[in-house]
Amino acid sequence: ASRVMVASRNYADFANEATFEIKPCDLHRLEEGPPTTAVLTREEGLHYYKTMQTIRRMELKSDQLYKQKIIRGFCHLYDGQEACCVGLEVAIKPTDHVITAYRAHGFTYARGVPVREILAELTGRKGGCVKGKGGSMHMYTKNFYGGNGIVGAQGQIFETYNMAALWKLPCIFICENNRYGMGTSVERAAASTDYYKRGDFIPGLRVDGMDVLCVREAAKFAAEYCRAGKGPIVMELQTYRYHGHSMSDPGISYRTREEIQEVRSKSDPITLLKDRMINNNLASVEELKEIDVAVRKEIEEAAQFATTDPEPPLEELGNHIYFNEPPFEVRGPNQWIKYKSLS
Amino acid sequence: AGGEILLRPAPPRQAAVSLKRRDGDRGAMRPRVTVRDALNQALDEELERDERVFLLGEEVAQYDGAYKVRGSSTPPSLRYGMGFTGIAVGAAMAGLRPVCEFMTFNFSMQAIDQVINSAAKTCYMSAGAIPVPIVFRGPNGASAGVAAQHSQCFAAWYGHCPGLKVVSPWSSEDAKGLLKASIRDDNPVVMLENELLYGVPFEMSEQAQSKDFVVPIGKAKIEREGTHVTLVAHSRPVGHCLEAASILAKEGVECEVINLRTIRPMDIETVEASVAKTNHLVTVEGGWPQFGVGAEICARIMEGSAFNYLDAPAVRVTGADVPMPYAKILEDNCIPQVKDIIFAVKKTLNI
Repeated sequence: ASRVMVASRNYADFANEATFEIKPCDLHRLEEGPPTTAVLTREEGLHYYKTMQTIRRMELKSDQLYKQKIIRGFCHLYDGQEACCVGLEVAIKPTDHVITAYRAHGFTYARGVPVREILAELTGRKGGCVKGKGGSMHMYTKNFYGGNGIVGAQGQIFETYNMAALWKLPCIFICENNRYGMGTSVERAAASTDYYKRGDFIPGLRVDGMDVLCVREAAKFAAEYCRAGKGPIVMELQTYRYHGHSMSDPGISYRTREEIQEVRSKSDPITLLKDRMINNNLASVEELKEIDVAVRKEIEEAAQFATTDPEPPLEELGNHIYFNEPPFEVRGPNQWIKYKSLS
Repeated sequence: AGGEILLRPAPPRQAAVSLKRRDGDRGAMRPRVTVRDALNQALDEELERDERVFLLGEEVAQYDGAYKVRGSSTPPSLRYGMGFTGIAVGAAMAGLRPVCEFMTFNFSMQAIDQVINSAAKTCYMSAGAIPVPIVFRGPNGASAGVAAQHSQCFAAWYGHCPGLKVVSPWSSEDAKGLLKASIRDDNPVVMLENELLYGVPFEMSEQAQSKDFVVPIGKAKIEREGTHVTLVAHSRPVGHCLEAASILAKEGVECEVINLRTIRPMDIETVEASVAKTNHLVTVEGGWPQFGVGAEICARIMEGSAFNYLDAPAVRVTGADVPMPYAKILEDNCIPQVKDIIFAVKKTLNI
């Protein structure tokens, strides 16, 4: 008789939750930091896994579409940094406000924009989350203010720190320290690379940004700190990006392939979570594989949509210059070409 | 001299679409040189010529410059800021001759106080005691698909300010000659390059290959002679005007194409002389229409002798009056195209 291998697990076989030791944070002007253990329920684990995997595959798909020249202009990919935006999002509320710089796709997804709308925005179609008018660096949704292209002027950050501290504003300043500013390593660029201390009179945390539980606990801690009226706090997430700064940067002229490989094999955020879940009986290998398959399918469908959806209609060119304004005329490339501007 | 100077030649780049040979270019050795290589030649030559000249910029030493034009490297934490621009201006005041590169002029808005209040106005405020011999250079205007925050044209903004000189090259000769002239000029010069032109090869005359070749600041160039209408442009639109002129020539309309080369001080005399001949004027620019380069040209023509020679109102072709959208179809309709120039010419000639 032939043998049939049946792989089936009764969900009662899984643990409901597990407790993990997490790396303690470095503290600046804080007596206590976030907890050094974290409880992960099965449900949370599956959610974090799926979210991070979705972001990972979405970014890889964007890489592909960019190389096929279906995505144009700038494209700054987030793969490697998934634990940062996911850990943050699960620690804060949907009513909290988030703003970021140009490496924004992960945050856009975490804040609730569906993959198909992100990809369609990257391909410049009318189904994009901002109708194709913004592109990679300018995606928005409720309580998410982008996506910004011109960032960083150091002076402005210090002015902001001053005002936030003076007025005790409930603000978490997050630095995703991925070791490089474009092609310059942090050691070559910064007089001090302890970014979590750079708020000076503002307390700070340095967090392992490759561990979603670390990020979650730190973000929870930071959010509670702010909500308690204690003022702003700085959070430095130590993370890594596998891609270069943008799609025009191969990312290997200023760092070695070995370095990238090492991070991938030892610190990948998705692998870290997967191993934890499997080793602690929170999920099975097959189950996670099923999630992978479902994610791949979702990304494929989104990419299909993003490549077949039509471009925005020409009438859209003049719209949304102002808000809440009666319609007016906008001049095109000459005085005879006019567009209508609707709010 | 200060600053790191990287002596690595720019890596060879794939040439983009070649321009057609202009009529009359025969004979002598005319190598095709990309704008990027022409800029690098100019920097090489001026660095060698004067030890006070040094380069300062963003991501240039190892990243090969954002667009592969080389220079020394400033930490990217300062890259968009007042910081490195202020350092450059101070160095100029102290007697050096910095060439300060912005990744694009969009980022110069972070540093604009240094450009205007420290660089442009100081000679005047000090009654000539403190000159500021600095060059600010970098890509300006629309690229392809880089959306609203990275596509603005600053010709009108900088052209507005007394104390600054503002140049806007089109061809490789323009780029090389104007950069050399800018570095040798004792005043702050803003050089507005164009990202899409960096990879475009142009023929370089023998003259242009000399180490002392400069294109004078404040002098426009007639790229194509004509009798029916004057087209005035700067930067990439000069190429579009020449294309439009080729197409119109087949219909018997001969356009005179003027490459402004300098925004400030503007060579309005060349435009006036041309209008006196053709009686019709179309200005073309990438920037927004309001308070733009074309608006200034029209105002000056009205104020001067050429007004009496106009047979029809002057027409401006510009970028659309909206922040630059990302989607290709929208972006294409926001940038002045060859068809828009042809349309404007026919409108003004009433044909």
